[in-house]
This record gives sequence, structure tokens and C-alpha cells, in this order.
Amino acid sequence: MGKAGDAFKSALLAALVTLGLAFPIVALRTDTNLSNQLVLTERWGLTFILAAVVGAGVFLLTLVRPVLAARATPKVSSRTAAPPHPFRRYLPRIGLALLIAFPLIASGIAAAGGPGALKLLDNYGIQILTYVLLGWGLNIVVGLAGLLDLGYVAFYAVGAYSSALLTKTFGLSFWLALPLAGILAAFWGLLIGFPVLRLRGDYLAIVTLAFAEIVRLVLINWVPVTGGYAGLSSIPKPTLFGYSLGSEPGGIPSLIGLPPSPVYRLAFMYYLLLALALFTYWVTQKLRSLPVGRAWEAMREDEIACRSLGINTVTTKLSAFATGAFFGGLAGAFFSAHQSFVSPKSFEFMESAVIVAIVVLGGLGSAVGVAIAAVVMIGGTELLRELDALKAVFGNDFDPAQYRMLLFGLAMVLLMIWRPKGLISTREPTVRLKPQPARGAPSFPSAAE
Amino acid sequence: MDYFLQQLINGLTLGSIYGLIAIGYTMVYGIIGMVNFAHGDVFMLAAFIALILFLALTQLLGVGSLGLALLIVLVLGMALTSLWGWVIERLAYRPLRGSFRLAPLISAIGMSIFLSNFVQLVQGPRNKSLEPILSNVLVIPVGSGSITLAEKQLLIMVVTAVLLAVLWYVVRHTPLGRAQRACEQDRKMASLLGVDVDRTVSLTFIMGAALASVAGLLWMTYYGVVSFSDGFVPGVKAFTAAVLGGIGSLPGAVLGGLLIGLIETFWSAYFTIDYKDVAAFSILAIVLIFLPSGLLGRPDVEKV
Repeated sequence: MGKAGDAFKSALLAALVTLGLAFPIVALRTDTNLSNQLVLTERWGLTFILAAVVGAGVFLLTLVRPVLAARATPKVSSRTAAPPHPFRRYLPRIGLALLIAFPLIASGIAAAGGPGALKLLDNYGIQILTYVLLGWGLNIVVGLAGLLDLGYVAFYAVGAYSSALLTKTFGLSFWLALPLAGILAAFWGLLIGFPVLRLRGDYLAIVTLAFAEIVRLVLINWVPVTGGYAGLSSIPKPTLFGYSLGSEPGGIPSLIGLPPSPVYRLAFMYYLLLALALFTYWVTQKLRSLPVGRAWEAMREDEIACRSLGINTVTTKLSAFATGAFFGGLAGAFFSAHQSFVSPKSFEFMESAVIVAIVVLGGLGSAVGVAIAAVVMIGGTELLRELDALKAVFGNDFDPAQYRMLLFGLAMVLLMIWRPKGLISTREPTVRLKPQPARGAPSFPSAAE
Repeated sequence: MDYFLQQLINGLTLGSIYGLIAIGYTMVYGIIGMVNFAHGDVFMLAAFIALILFLALTQLLGVGSLGLALLIVLVLGMALTSLWGWVIERLAYRPLRGSFRLAPLISAIGMSIFLSNFVQLVQGPRNKSLEPILSNVLVIPVGSGSITLAEKQLLIMVVTAVLLAVLWYVVRHTPLGRAQRACEQDRKMASLLGVDVDRTVSLTFIMGAALASVAGLLWMTYYGVVSFSDGFVPGVKAFTAAVLGGIGSLPGAVLGGLLIGLIETFWSAYFTIDYKDVAAFSILAIVLIFLPSGLLGRPDVEKV
């Protein structure tokens, strides 16, 4: 009786609490009727189903959890002693090969009757890679230097608008606008970074958030330059040595005799983005072995110790901010060229939150972790758009895409509770003073002396 | 002169609401040192709960008296929002206590995203507007002109003042308040001396949510319109208020709230309404940079 009884009790409690939570907000829906008045629609059935589902879930969890915990305990201890699985070593290479082959795979899936190659490339390939690029850029600030920046989207916006204005208004080529957008964003990083350097932790997070909001509000209100809410449209598409990549005559695909299709431009953009992302990765890895990168990591671990050892934390923080901002600017320039349209709607706080979530869930500092987190979070929520089959179960009004951000928020909370240190949490320092003793071997530093 | 006084009244009304939300931020930060990012969305949720309860009372149950309806909404809304506050702390924050510094903040951001999308899902994405209530105005002659004070503005200021008095009494003169202040000073020591820290933190979240619920009701009464995305901007402004007043300080939160309300109102009245949020956000940045411990806060000593 005991165990099941307890489980039943907590299930009942959970169901009652759910009922209390859901009582007004789910059970009574406000709608505007034809004469523009608010009226209530009662949905008691849904409310009770919700409470019953939560109750049943808690009942099962309470019963299952002790069993799982008992089984998991020995596993954990054996895992810490075992050497890392060889798969972990090859993971980046396998990932890279998959990334390079992705446009071909997408065309293959499309040819085999799956969803179209365009959609796969755009919704999955380019979108996920954009977040990987942004995640790797922010990883420098948050993961390496340990400065929580909740306003990264500001640099993304600066890059996007700079590149849009440079190519559209000043007629510069995209290839010139791209680095310029990065440099301008880096300047903004310095500008924003300078006043916030004295702040720590949460305060820094909130001030960067405030700066990002200011940037967004200026974009909305400075209508003559930014176009306000309407944004900037018909931004020129990038060309390759002056040749267009579209299917029109004179474009590269038609010159080499390929049948007309919008896929080529998209594949080109995909590879451009992949190159930008790999460039970011390469620069980050190089910087980590330079003095500045080591100073970042040292500062993340202990700022006071860093200062005591004579590291100038002001320049260290500024360089982290500017470097991170530079890559945010590159991502923004790519975004505006790819969409050929920018508006303040794309640079809301939610974007910053998503990028920070990816970096933190990726394990703060682990580049592979960030990439995995981007695939899981962005790809996972994109997949929800595909689940039309669920309509058969829940009726035609059911739209899985509505649940996208809801589940994203929920996933952030649950992943934090499940793995507070991120998906890949074994973050090895780049340098060690002494070589580490073999894993599992006892380490008694005093025994040798 | 009368224009100035009129803006003063409008600013104080808005500031009272910000102050009530700011208390939730400041109490939680004081006790567990975390920015409860989802607090703005709890406020938004509370405004929805108030709206729905008000409609249910007047339309479904036919409560004729406006005062009675508002009173029931106030009490029931506080209870229901407190329940949300308790559940959120229990599920999303408590498992992360003692985890690394950023974990609760990330969890709170996730909770904030969840709450606003949850409300959007169950209540629909459109703005919900209510016919104006309590709009009768008192006209007070001042010098050559006159200023108007709407009944709802009076209600907002009176309710805020009464609640603050109650809160002040609770924190200063009850065992709960003593436990809270003890946890604020040193959580480990407090638990060694027999203070139930988990319970105290839960109650702090409940109190914060209850005050946010009142703020939600007042917001709904004042503006008569609420949408699922209304949590973010008032939330950030209330946090600004808490920081401006000195985070961790209750009178500071109220003072900060009033100041933010006044600054925002006067900025819109005398300069441009387009950039009023820029003004509020700039103040946050300026205060944190030049006065990191706020107006009434204690300076933060860095111990090694």
C-alpha cells in the first residue's frame, strides 16, 4: 500500500494544484464578440482533462522515480571512471562531413518524395546554422569570458542594418559590407562594453538587455534611416565575382547549363554561412591558445585572482565584448543578405534569450555543445511545424506550431534542472599547470614529496 | 502649473503600479540573490486572471455592485496568483538552488517565455480590452486652471499605500518577516538557528506574486487593455525601479517605482512619447554604472 498510496496522494495534490492554476486562465477564455465586447467561453472539460493528465503523470513519476534512481546510481560512478567514448572524438568530424553534404542530402530527400529541398535548406540548414554562428559568437562572451550578455541581438541588429544600408543606400558590394558590418558591430561592442565593465553577473545581464532594447527602440523610431516598423526591404542579394546566383540568364547556374531552380542560390547561401561559422570556430579555437583567450578563461574562473596577477580586466572584457560582437555583426550581415529584408521584429529580446539558452545549454564554452544545443532547440522546435499528423488526434483546430515557443521555454527550464551545467559539461581548461593524472588513478599530490 | 500637477498625478499612479511589481523583484533578490526574470510575466498573468474573474463575476454570476466585484477579484486574484508564484518557485527555481550562478536566471528566462506563450495559447493572441470602469473624475481647481483625478487613480494610490503599510508591518513585526530578514543576511546561519529557509523563500515568492496580482488588477483597471506580451516591458521597468531604489530594499523599490513612473510620464509629456521606454532603459544603465547600490541600498562589499 505505502508506496502506491503516497504516489496517489501526491498525484491528487498535483491534480488539485493544476486545477487551481488552470481555473480562471484555462477554464474561461475571453473572446471579443461582434459588438466588440469581451465575453467568456467556458472550457471546464479541458480544465479537468488537464488536471487529470497532470495527476496521472505525477502518479507514474512518483512510482517510477525510485526504480530509476536505484538503477542509475552505479552507472554514474562507472561513467566517471571510464575513458570518454571514442565516438566523442570523431563527433566534430562526422558533424562537419554531414554539414558539408547537407544540401545534397536535402536534394536527395526531396527527390525521394520528402519535403522540398528548399524548405529543408532554409528552415533547417540555414536557420540552425545561423544560431550555431550566433551561439559561437556569444560563446566568446558568455562561455569563455564569463560575462552574461542578454543583449547580443543588438550586435546582430547592428550588423544586419549596417550591411543593409551599406549595400542598398551606398551601393557597396556584399563582400565589402560583410566585414564592415562585423567591424561596426565590434565598435558597438566597445561602446556598450565600456560603461558596463564595472558590473558583475546579473547586473551586467540586465544592462546589456536594456542596451539591446534601446537599440531596437531606436531602430523603430529613427524612421528616415531605418524605415521604422516597416524596416528595409529589397536589399541586394550577394553575387559571386559579379555574377548572380539566381536562375535568370547571365547567372552562374544558367552559364554552366543547370536547369533553372531557386535551390542554387540557397545552397550557395548555405555554404557561405557554413564558411562563416567555421571561420568563427577557427578564430575562437586560435584565440583560446593566445594570451587574450587565456586571460578570458582565467577571468571567467576568478576575476579577483586575475586582477591580482596583473591581467588588465578592462581590456580583457572589452576585447571579449568586441570579438563576440564582431561575429554577431557577421551573422547579421548574412541575415539581411539572405532575407533581403530587415525589420525590428527580428531583433526582439526573445532572440537574445534563445541564443543565450543555446550557449548555456551547450555547456558554456564547449563549441560542440553549442552546436548540439542549437540543433536540438531550433531543429526540435522547427520539427513541431511538421507534426500535422497530430491533427488527426486532436482535431483540425490543433496547430502544433503554436506550441513551439511554449515548449522552447519549458525545455529551457527542464534542461537546466536536468543538466544545470549544460549538455556537454566536461569543460576542459585549455592549459594546465601540471599534466593531469590519468583518469580514475588516485591523485595525492603530497605523496610524491 | 496645472499641467505639471496633472502629470505628477499620472506619474504617481503609474509609479505605484511599478512599485508593487518592483517589490517582488527586490524581495526575491534580497533573499536568494536571483533576478526573477519571470516576475513580469507573473504580473501579466495576474492581469489576465483579474480580467477573467471580473468578467466572470459581472457576466456569469451577475454581481451588480462594482465595488464588491473588484474586492472579490482582488482577494481571489491574489490567492490564485500566489499559487502560481509558489508552483513556479517549487518547480523551476528550487531544484537549482546552490547550482552555478547562471542556472536560475536561465531557468527564469525559460519560465518567462513559457508563461507568455502559455497565456497566448489559452487566451488567444489579441489584445483584450474592457469597457472603462471607475472613470468618474474629481475636478480640483488649481490657480487659473484645474486638474482631474480619476476615481481609479485614487483607488490605485490608496490600495498601494494600504498594501505597503501591511507589507511593512509583516516584514518588521511578524515572525515571518524576521525569518525573511534573517535569510537575507545569512541563509546558512539562519537555517542553523532553526529558520525553515525553504518555507521562507516560498513565502517570499508568494508575497511577491500576491503584490504582482494587485498590480495586475490595478493595471487592468487603469488601462482597460491587456495582452499576453504585456509582461516584458513593465517587468523590465519594475526591475529598473528596484535597482534604482537599491535592490534588496523595500522602501527603495517603492521610491524607485514612483521615480520611474514620474520620469516616464514627464518625459512623454514634455519631450517625445516615442522614446519614453528609451528613457526608462537608459536610467537603468546610468544608475547601475554610476550608483550600483541604488538610492537606498547598502553598498555591496566584495569579500575574497
